[in-house]
Amino acid sequence: MKDLVIIGGGPAGMSAAIAAYENGIQDILILERDEHLGGILQQCIHNGFGLHKFGEELTGPEYAWKYEKKVRELGIECKLNTMVLDLSDDKIITATNSEDGIFQIQAKAVILAMGCRERAKGALNIAGSRPAGIYSAGTAQKFVNMKGYLPGKNVVILGSGDIGLIMARRMTLEGAKVHVVCELMPYSGGLARNIEQCLNDFNIPLKLSHTVVETHGKDRLEGVTIAQVDEKRKPIAETREYIPCDTLLLSVGLIPENELSKSANVAICNTTNGAVVDQDRQTSITGIFACGNVLHVHDLVDFVSQEAEIAGKAAAEYIVGRQNENLKITVKTDGKIRYTVPQIITKKKDVTVYFRVSDVYKNVKINITDGNTTLLSKKRPKVAPGEMESITLKREQLENAKELYFSLEAM
Amino acid sequence: MYDVVIIGAGIVGGMTARALSKYNLSICILEKENDVAMGATKANSAIVHAGFDAKEGSLKAKLNVRGAEIMPTVCRELGVKYQNNGSLVVGFNEEDRAIINDLLLRGKANGVANMEILEKDALKRLEPGISDQAICALHAPTAAIICPYDLTVAAIGNAMDNGAQLKRNFEVCRIESTENGYNLFSQNDSVEARFVIGCAGVYSDAVGNMVGDTTCRVHPRKGEYILLDKECGTLVSHTIFQTPSKMGKGVLISPTVDGNLLLGPTSMDGEDKENKATTQEGFADIIAKAQKSIGSIPLGKTITSFCGLRAVGSTGDFIINSPQKGFINTAGIESPGLSASPAIAEYIVQMLKEQGLTLTENKNYDPIRTSSHAFREMSLEEKNKVIKEDPTYGRIICRCEGITEGEILDAIHRNPKARDLDGVKRRTRAQMGRCQGGFCSPYITELLARELNIPYESVTKFGRASVINMGKTKGGQEV
Repeated sequence: MKDLVIIGGGPAGMSAAIAAYENGIQDILILERDEHLGGILQQCIHNGFGLHKFGEELTGPEYAWKYEKKVRELGIECKLNTMVLDLSDDKIITATNSEDGIFQIQAKAVILAMGCRERAKGALNIAGSRPAGIYSAGTAQKFVNMKGYLPGKNVVILGSGDIGLIMARRMTLEGAKVHVVCELMPYSGGLARNIEQCLNDFNIPLKLSHTVVETHGKDRLEGVTIAQVDEKRKPIAETREYIPCDTLLLSVGLIPENELSKSANVAICNTTNGAVVDQDRQTSITGIFACGNVLHVHDLVDFVSQEAEIAGKAAAEYIVGRQNENLKITVKTDGKIRYTVPQIITKKKDVTVYFRVSDVYKNVKINITDGNTTLLSKKRPKVAPGEMESITLKREQLENAKELYFSLEAM
Repeated sequence: MYDVVIIGAGIVGGMTARALSKYNLSICILEKENDVAMGATKANSAIVHAGFDAKEGSLKAKLNVRGAEIMPTVCRELGVKYQNNGSLVVGFNEEDRAIINDLLLRGKANGVANMEILEKDALKRLEPGISDQAICALHAPTAAIICPYDLTVAAIGNAMDNGAQLKRNFEVCRIESTENGYNLFSQNDSVEARFVIGCAGVYSDAVGNMVGDTTCRVHPRKGEYILLDKECGTLVSHTIFQTPSKMGKGVLISPTVDGNLLLGPTSMDGEDKENKATTQEGFADIIAKAQKSIGSIPLGKTITSFCGLRAVGSTGDFIINSPQKGFINTAGIESPGLSASPAIAEYIVQMLKEQGLTLTENKNYDPIRTSSHAFREMSLEEKNKVIKEDPTYGRIICRCEGITEGEILDAIHRNPKARDLDGVKRRTRAQMGRCQGGFCSPYITELLARELNIPYESVTKFGRASVINMGKTKGGQEV
């Protein structure tokens, strides 16, 4: 029996563990599948992490180390090289590693911090042959930054998510030629600063509303055919263009890894592909919390850490028996606002609601009503799907609310 | 000098090698690729047909029914999953019904057991996921699903355990008759054999040609498939065919033994025997046709798509002949080739016997091969016992499919040894899940480099020039 088991020792898991510890819980176990703590940050050797959280620019490993050091100082127990195989709704965890074999632990509370995975090529139905040389951007990042090998020399990148942009720069610095980054949408899903620093600074063209329609080559990739797409994202035949290359990197979206959440019958939100949570990041199963990219994909690790602190503190409170108030305010959106986290509010206290929009909108007002009255209205010159937004609601504003409705209004 | 050389390590070559390894014979399988099961064997519908499809009296009909009959035993011995899920040929109108009636009669004539025609209500009860437009179906309860590459790996592994040899990257380009048999040449190697069996799939006409058979013609027919996530594996439980008509054969929808859902194939005749590219038209065709059978298809759950080439013979039937004494060629082994494969092997053994090959029983022959799924199917206690003895079984490498380091090492070291990433994939399912190797391929690359004692950057996806990495980074050193 453990008070708290945290599944995943990346930035979310470590931050949640520290927060729980600082809120009075010491019987904590972190289960991490890799041989080190830190998760994907280990391979993110570029800088830009920590600006919000620490006011300084850190590399991924430096950012992770700040947390790992703390975890070690506090003496929080970690099992590395340990894969969780199953989680039940009564919080029994089944896991495996080489030393303990397959073992089970009963936890009082569980925090899900498994992160996300990259969407693979299969889901895109790109036609053509299936040679070597097609990787997700994160896999290429692992080869280059962790293993010291170069997966290719002439590169086309599909998708302008942040990992794709980072890898465009990284491959260039390693001597590869990145011919083009194609983005299906008319806007990039990556951060503006990454477009500037990773593409523009290296004269790598970004083709918006373009996609890869076919791969060519027998053994190793020999080229790709790209094409412009129309408003319905269908390729336009006349715009087909062949680009010789030996490597295609895909940065076409991240999917929260919720197989374990599903095995515990945690309710999943269709939009985020993560759990439905309240302001404490508690899921539909009491005592199971979720934070970080397994809950919804974040732009910056700083926000992951913040969210994990909320979950860690709340899990600690749950373990000592502080119960929720008998309250349920549902947060709804108009579609232009694609989703919010949390999706429900169960306590009357100040709550920061995070959300993403579904398209690029300029000069808009974000309106929040409680069904009848407008609680809040904020102007924004521009909102984009690639940048997460947040708004804090005061306790008093929730006083009479039965539901909250988030909408966008053109100005 | 081998007693028997088999050209091609697909399902037909593999089953034949295994059947011959029961006797005191020296056997060698020649394969042009870096692994077994690399042709039509790895990309087909993965089903054991009941046997109502082929024309009465044809070799296809005879060998299909016999193959389907012995397949459960073969699979049990080889530790290969065999799931007797039954098939349904679904009809949507009265024309279809007439064809279904004919299929029933033909099946009966071929000796297929327990077939029946189901009307709409019974069909819906048996397979609730079926479209409301369906009016009837031919139910063949003896049909089954298997994994064709697992079966081939197991058959060849078992043959090798019983003494057969496998030479990879040996592409036969010339065959000479000798006093005692044949000399087979690749670009830089040669082997001698008393008897030769051609099992070269789409290239079987070329092999026939090398010994002077100019009548044999085989052309490739593309078949594209779409594979969906395991979340969709229970949308149907039977293999659902559409009624073959003037409009074409339609596509099938079938669960796989590993729990995914398979849609396809398309059917496109071609000339290029290496063209396994999927096409946008193919995707569209599969989707449009599959929707007819079960309504909406959750395409967002697509894991991968692939294309196989059927070896279509010029006669419409399997061609199994002997163009020269001591040389047996198999050609045109298209559907139901997989179903028929154990029976084709029996048939070939009989032909060899008639041609004077002495068959004495190999006393040490062991038909049993430990299943590649053995660890996965153990109880918790059994698994822990294995992990205690070999801790590599406690470390998960492929998180999506839950495959351990121990299972991957087993695939690399057991006959026929996996030598590349795809070889590990077909033997273990590592890289076959949702992330398609995104997380585990760097680790598997590492294991292959270590175990085969080759540089990391020499590891390939499927042999030849299919390298995963093209060099080191600037001053690259592994951490």
